[in-house]
Amino acid sequence: MKFNLKVWRQKNAKAQGKLVDYTIDNINADMSFLEMVDVLNDNLTRKGEDPIAFDHDCREGICGMCSMYISGRAHGPHHAATTCQLYMRSFKDGETIYVEPFRAGAFPIIKDLVTDRSAFDRIIAKGGFVSVNTGQAQDANNLPVDKADAEKAMDAAACIGCGACVAACPNSAAMLFVSAKISQLALLPQGAPEKNNRAINMVNQMDEEGFGNCTNIGACEAECPKEIKLTNIARMNREYLVASLINE
Amino acid sequence: MSELNSKIPEGPLAEKWDNYKEHAKLVNPANKRKLEVIVVGTGLAGAAAAASLAELGYQVKAFCFQDSPRRAHSIAAQGGINAAKNYKNDGDSVFRLFYDTIKGGDFRAREANVYRLATESRNIIDQCVAQGVPFAREYGGLLDNRSFGGSQVSRTFYARGQTGQQLLLGAYGALERQIGLGNVKMYSRHEMVEVVTIEGKARGIIARNLITGQLERYFGHAVILASGGYGNVFFLSTNAMGSNVTAAWKAHKKGAYFANPCYTQIHPTCIPVTGDYQSKLTLMSESLRNDGRVWVPKTKEDAKAIREGKKTAVDIKEEDRDYYLERKYPSFGNLCPRDIASRAAKEACDDGRGIVPSGLGVFLDFADAIKRLGVDVVKARYGELFPMYQNITNEDPLKTPMKIYPAVHYTMGGLWVDYELMTSVQGLYCLGEANFSDHGANRLGASALMQGLADGYFVIPYTIGNYLSSEIFVKSIPTDHPAFVEAEKEAKERAEKLIGTKGKKTVDDFHKELGKIMWEYCGMARTAEGLTHARKLIQNLRKEFWSNVNIPGSLDEFNPEFDKAGRVADFIELGELMVIDALNRNESCGGHFRTEYQDAGEAKRDDEKYAYVAAWEHKAVDADPVLHKEELVYENIKLQVRSYK
Repeated sequence: MKFNLKVWRQKNAKAQGKLVDYTIDNINADMSFLEMVDVLNDNLTRKGEDPIAFDHDCREGICGMCSMYISGRAHGPHHAATTCQLYMRSFKDGETIYVEPFRAGAFPIIKDLVTDRSAFDRIIAKGGFVSVNTGQAQDANNLPVDKADAEKAMDAAACIGCGACVAACPNSAAMLFVSAKISQLALLPQGAPEKNNRAINMVNQMDEEGFGNCTNIGACEAECPKEIKLTNIARMNREYLVASLINE
Repeated sequence: MSELNSKIPEGPLAEKWDNYKEHAKLVNPANKRKLEVIVVGTGLAGAAAAASLAELGYQVKAFCFQDSPRRAHSIAAQGGINAAKNYKNDGDSVFRLFYDTIKGGDFRAREANVYRLATESRNIIDQCVAQGVPFAREYGGLLDNRSFGGSQVSRTFYARGQTGQQLLLGAYGALERQIGLGNVKMYSRHEMVEVVTIEGKARGIIARNLITGQLERYFGHAVILASGGYGNVFFLSTNAMGSNVTAAWKAHKKGAYFANPCYTQIHPTCIPVTGDYQSKLTLMSESLRNDGRVWVPKTKEDAKAIREGKKTAVDIKEEDRDYYLERKYPSFGNLCPRDIASRAAKEACDDGRGIVPSGLGVFLDFADAIKRLGVDVVKARYGELFPMYQNITNEDPLKTPMKIYPAVHYTMGGLWVDYELMTSVQGLYCLGEANFSDHGANRLGASALMQGLADGYFVIPYTIGNYLSSEIFVKSIPTDHPAFVEAEKEAKERAEKLIGTKGKKTVDDFHKELGKIMWEYCGMARTAEGLTHARKLIQNLRKEFWSNVNIPGSLDEFNPEFDKAGRVADFIELGELMVIDALNRNESCGGHFRTEYQDAGEAKRDDEKYAYVAAWEHKAVDADPVLHKEELVYENIKLQVRSYK
């Protein structure tokens, strides 16, 4: 297969970026998208040019590091899959493919397709945990958890923190990400004692990082590689409202 | 061998750990605040250690090369975590978990460490549940368990097929909490490139800031390495792209012994290699062998016809198929252990009966299960695995058999540590997959997560105090100390040499070449002749690497190709040590199979001569390493031959 690529190149955070054209030939349909970029980078390196910088690590869809905005979609055209789980057979031979970084004010570009998503870590540091020190736990079976709640908590906990929700949202909102963690811990009895402070603190940090607000567009859910549901945002809003009333 | 003191506490096996904890020296809270600890790596072991030490009051600096500590490769573990809770009332106990682990490791692990691991396994589950890890539950709301290979009880806790992810996010949450409280300073996108020692004690590290390319100096009263395994020495493995041996290898070159490097685990059910472009291999869970039957055609002609696309699996009649695992191991059949299933697949393919174009692949067939149970039951049982396979290969395993082949998955070897998890360098600790201590020559499923968390949550917080209690008078050493200057200079010169080579071959050219050598000669089957040859090939590759590698860009920028080059340079040196270790071990055990030492295809251990840990001391890159032996003493169990026939 042959492709025309338009790839965002940006030397560093301060430099001006632009789309650069590349053509690539002899691509096997069974290659992953990242392996196609590997081949392109190999070609560039052999020609003495600077290879394209991009984030990636596990290449099995779970670490959340890969993050490309491909032809207008976070992680590309394949539904419910990360960039590393996107295969070239999803594209037509001869197609022109646009490759950009995850764009958001709160995700500054480091180089080419690599962005700084540490805002997510700072939000988690404000409350994405249960305050239990090592050694303080009681026996694991002392506190039964409704199976349905446990399943819902697991659905929310499946979030890989990639940032596709932010990239897909016209408002650059991080609500799907933040609400997934708030939901997981709100649904479990272990998270109950801190639920009010958690909701307030995480949402405040989210605002401080410069993420936008939710206007019920739903692009985040549509593009989420782990199919995290919008209902989590509803639950977060409820948690936040209750917490604000109690804290008053 | 007095210098290799494993410091195993006195007393009966079941009391050793309690005895140790009751007599270990303590550091009072006011002094803890003055002590700084460096943790390299933020997987299960590293994140758990960093969080737990910060909770105790130590000042922690944590480092990871990824953009966030949440991305460490522990996240990819699927199946589960073992714990001797006996919630199933099926006769499990600490002793049984201990015994299964020692036996699974082919009697090459240290008794006292494994017993401690089994003991702490129970606390891990409590801790993780308290953190809000959403483990699978039964309808009554209590925790569910499933069975895993190598045991007769149900002791594996799981969170769908994402157990590693959920446990890691629990540890990451605990770590972020401490970062938020100001007790941990986190350095993401940083790679450790040197360990700094002063008067024989580890006192810090040199790390490369991967964004700016600058070398930075960090002091610690103690240094903990939790930097994972070295499976990527084979180029293709189920490890993440960035998984590397660099931190452990730099420590090795500064005096930490490297133990049993030849013990590598090859997992039998992975998606086969399809082309040169392939960057990594994907695991298909071991659980598939519950219902899948492994086979190749009986004749080479049929296999060739399949490879060439002239026939497909359904064209091969039942009587023309060789269900070789069922044939060779009737009592365990398709569910024999990983090392054995892997070797059998290799044998069939070496015989010319592989069924993928490269010749390296066998069928894993669900047709019988579908006939017996119906499509819906099979689909439900293996949930996400079938769609995942179909997404990668574009073939539906419900209609046509899966194609699988063994791949490198885990490394049991690692830095030598004593009972306190301290390496042979004072004040330098090693945790998780990066150390050698608990899995012997073969790791059982669902035990890696257990070990990482035991080391991080429940072992190091006790053992490090025993050392740091005597360091309370040491003030923070300024990083303009000559030892830091010297270590940084070393790292800088090495980096400049690498980037300045400007040769003809890419970093991946060398990495792929190394991987081929390792896989061919130090993979599933090894011979003295092959290993001797491989050592020469690796030495030549190393020389060529340092004179002919081409790294684009410069040192003072974000440069992933350079990062990769540094890692490959270390993999090449490690590869040679693996070959030396494999050559030294004239026996077959667990993941180490020497074709000369077998009984009709089965591994033949030599307990008389090789019941020891081989700990290697680095001398120089060009010189032979020195072997130190730690004899393995079994006081509580009897050495036996593993048989699955």
